[in-house]
Amino acid sequence: MKSLKRNLFFTALAAVALALAGCKPSSESKTGAADTIKVGEFASLTGKEAAFGQSSHKGTLLAVEEINAAGGVLGKKIEFIYEDNRSTPGESATVVKKLITRDHVVAVLGEVASGRSLEAAPICQANKIPQISPSSTNPKVTETGDYIFRVCFIDPFQGTVMAKFAKSRLNAKNVAVLSDVAAPYSLGLAQYFKETFLADGGTVVSEQKFSSGDKDFKAQLTAIKAANPDAIFVPCYYTEAGLIVRQARQLGITVPLFGGDGWEAPELIQIGGEALEGCYYSTHYSPEDKSPAVQEFVSKFKAKNNGEIPDAMAALGYDSAMVLADAIKRAGTTDSVKLRDAIAATKDYAGVTGKTSLDANRNATKPAVILAIKDGKFKYVETISP
Amino acid sequence: MSEFLQQLINGLSLGAIYALIALGYTMVYGVLRFINFAHSDVFMVGAFVGYYAIEKWHLPANSIGGGLLALAMAMAICAALGVLIERFAYRPLRGRSTLSVLITAIGVSLLLQNVAQNRQIGFGPNPKAFPNLFPYSNFHLGALTVSSNQVIVLIVTLVLLAALYFIVNHTRTGTAMRALSFNPTAASLVGINNDFIISFTFALGSSLAAAGGILYALNYPSIDPLMGTLPGLKAFVAAVLGGIGNLPGAAVGGVVLGLVETLVVACGGSTYRDAVAFGVLILILLVRPSGLLGKAEREKV
Amino acid sequence: MLARSQYYLLAALAASFVASLFSGSFNSYFLDVAVTCGINITLAVSLNLINGYTGQFSLGHAGFMAIGAYSASLLTTNFGGKLLPLVGGQTWIFFPLALYAGGVVASVAGLLVGVPTLRLRGDYLAIVTLGFGEIIRVLLQNVDAVGGARGLIGIPDYTTLFWTFGLAAITVYTVWALVNSTYGRGFIAVSNDEIAAEAMGINTTRYKITAFVVGAFFAGLAGGIYAHFKQYIAPQGFGFDKSIEIVVMVILGGMGNNVGVIIAAILLTVLTETLRQFGDYRMILYSLLIIVLMIARPQGLFTWTGWKRKSA
Repeated sequence: MKSLKRNLFFTALAAVALALAGCKPSSESKTGAADTIKVGEFASLTGKEAAFGQSSHKGTLLAVEEINAAGGVLGKKIEFIYEDNRSTPGESATVVKKLITRDHVVAVLGEVASGRSLEAAPICQANKIPQISPSSTNPKVTETGDYIFRVCFIDPFQGTVMAKFAKSRLNAKNVAVLSDVAAPYSLGLAQYFKETFLADGGTVVSEQKFSSGDKDFKAQLTAIKAANPDAIFVPCYYTEAGLIVRQARQLGITVPLFGGDGWEAPELIQIGGEALEGCYYSTHYSPEDKSPAVQEFVSKFKAKNNGEIPDAMAALGYDSAMVLADAIKRAGTTDSVKLRDAIAATKDYAGVTGKTSLDANRNATKPAVILAIKDGKFKYVETISP
Repeated sequence: MSEFLQQLINGLSLGAIYALIALGYTMVYGVLRFINFAHSDVFMVGAFVGYYAIEKWHLPANSIGGGLLALAMAMAICAALGVLIERFAYRPLRGRSTLSVLITAIGVSLLLQNVAQNRQIGFGPNPKAFPNLFPYSNFHLGALTVSSNQVIVLIVTLVLLAALYFIVNHTRTGTAMRALSFNPTAASLVGINNDFIISFTFALGSSLAAAGGILYALNYPSIDPLMGTLPGLKAFVAAVLGGIGNLPGAAVGGVVLGLVETLVVACGGSTYRDAVAFGVLILILLVRPSGLLGKAEREKV
Repeated sequence: MLARSQYYLLAALAASFVASLFSGSFNSYFLDVAVTCGINITLAVSLNLINGYTGQFSLGHAGFMAIGAYSASLLTTNFGGKLLPLVGGQTWIFFPLALYAGGVVASVAGLLVGVPTLRLRGDYLAIVTLGFGEIIRVLLQNVDAVGGARGLIGIPDYTTLFWTFGLAAITVYTVWALVNSTYGRGFIAVSNDEIAAEAMGINTTRYKITAFVVGAFFAGLAGGIYAHFKQYIAPQGFGFDKSIEIVVMVILGGMGNNVGVIIAAILLTVLTETLRQFGDYRMILYSLLIIVLMIARPQGLFTWTGWKRKSA
């Protein structure tokens, strides 16, 4: 036993030593090559938000492969270097520094969560390396500086869209709001929704909150039921939305629930099931969209990922890489200032998530799509342009 | 009034699940005196076994037989997992400081979570929709709504608690468990095989965690590799609240915690739910430092 | 005449100052890892005073870190415009003052936790400190003035190698000096046998509170350094996982063994980075290594002599 332990210890030490030694050569080989264009990505590949991070990552990966299969950009292949941040605050800053100063990437893609995009933004800004966030919708992200972009719309726009939708389509006067206190995304969306809805003469009859990772919403929903709203706005991610809708129906709530782009995922229907009938949400994209660009993306994504249907994060992850490649082509160089200007000049880029243009605040202006859930399928309702 | 009763029912069904998980913590603590951090991840594995039983191994969904079979499979597989964890991560440290075991327990917990999140060798990070194991319907009693799953949670919890009570108090193995918990050295002197009893305790505790996982997933049908963390933490709190090492205490602690949490949310304090839950715990421990039902231990001088 | 240990402290401070002068020529990724190491050393050594030397099992160290981080950052971010001119615009005066304030607030919190929980032992204390850490996190998440769940942004970039390792050196020195003083022998006595210690006339209560207050103070300072390094803090970063991470460093390094704890803090910090090359398997390997190292060296990785300590 004793010798076994000692062997174990030395094996472990050897493993540690190997790990420590292993990182040296890779850094040197990475700096030398100039026949590729290096693009970095940081993502939540493990940890709490891995479901979103992985989805977005797979979309980005698909885009890079397509670009390289078509000959790359500026005659060079894209070398795609990605790092995981374990969904932990603090680690994004470290990996983005690694991507910029050790791997010498020309641009950084990421992240889904606004909190972690905010963490990386000052570093990209200080190093003058453009950062494109695929799906952080919090307005603060791009306010960091002129090197920070995003390819999705921002919360104020989506909140306004949903408030107008609730009033005109759902004929709702009294609305309840259930939001996630631990997710900046959810709080932002709830706030902008309320502002517009109240300004339009509506009333918010009940405001309830939960915390990411909660699975039991019956207490909040029971309180909401008592307030008797015409509709319930639930801005959160699909991981919770499916359960919320289900528990609402269990408690005998029959009014429609509606949410934002966080609902967009095939898992929503699997988790929510029949309870979702007659619910609505706004999103960037729908895999049901019959346009050839979307259908081509969906079939390629499915072929690569064992038949998995891409969600909104995957589509935005894909578009973020495509917008970058397009900008590099237009800039004709990877020089950081010129590349920055080229990204900022992105206009009507036809992506999977619709025509993307970047405004003066480096946010994408693009239409929001409203979908309904009917007979267990997502059904297109309307497109609302900014 | 009806809202209050409804919240009471909600709280009870949540508390019942906390109680099931808390029992596993408390049993392991009883025999080994350390907090088994990996317990909450065994809970997660239990839920995934239930998922695969229906989705991949094609047990019939929506049937009592299929549901019970899936429950039994999850309990059996997790019992084996618990025994394996004990054998390879905890036993080599037997007799060492319990804090070293605590670290391997944290290691095992991280390992299970990360293996489960891995696409190639685990389940992948995306949440999965948990199938309906049992036939589903809602019962309406006046303004109250009770789902069949909530009823199942309560029934299964009560049955398991009764079974556990019987095993611990009325079987030879159970007596040996109590003896070991009371004094390990003396237990081995009177011919009790401590290794076997400890393995047995892990099997029992882990199978309860698996049952908890299935019941949790029935009520909240979205499962993912990190689903165990939060209920695991709460159940740990429940176990301490009731007096760690004390079986009825864990059950009481679970129910109390479930009720407190639900009532806090009902009173509009949803954003402070966890803070209040911990606040209540701290207050109770300040008044009763060994938990609600725990016996104050006199330290020998 | 200075004692030998004080020379070590001065040498460490001088070394971190010199290293800091050349920090511009280091790769910023390595600098990041180095600073993280320094912060983790401070955290682990300060927790070692509570968990290792005094034998109280605290699982809420990240809570103290959060308090220090938020207090210091609020001072520099929100009141920096008013306060900075008072010290002549010199950040090298302003920053340590802000850090100190953060440390003081954290140590008050340490006192608040320490006093009522003294009746509790072992796992009960662990759960209460854990609960305390979570309460801090939930409260921060609910206060809009500090950014709520979104976090606090725009914190000035004050942290340098000098502040980080200077603080680490002072922490190590303070804990060392405290424990090795005549007074400080009491910590070890409390840890070894509380009842015997009490019987010998040692005021165990005071030792426990001192350990909590001093430990929390340095954790708060480390939090301030962290905040002014990452320039962004969010409540989720100071959760239960962070506390666990620090506990792992202390136990893996060997409870009550400062050198071991320092090495373990560095090892674990560097390990998470070097394991990156294994991609998806990084965290799996990390957790396996923790299990294997602990089984192989249950007394602590770097505790070579056979002295055993009673567990909590």
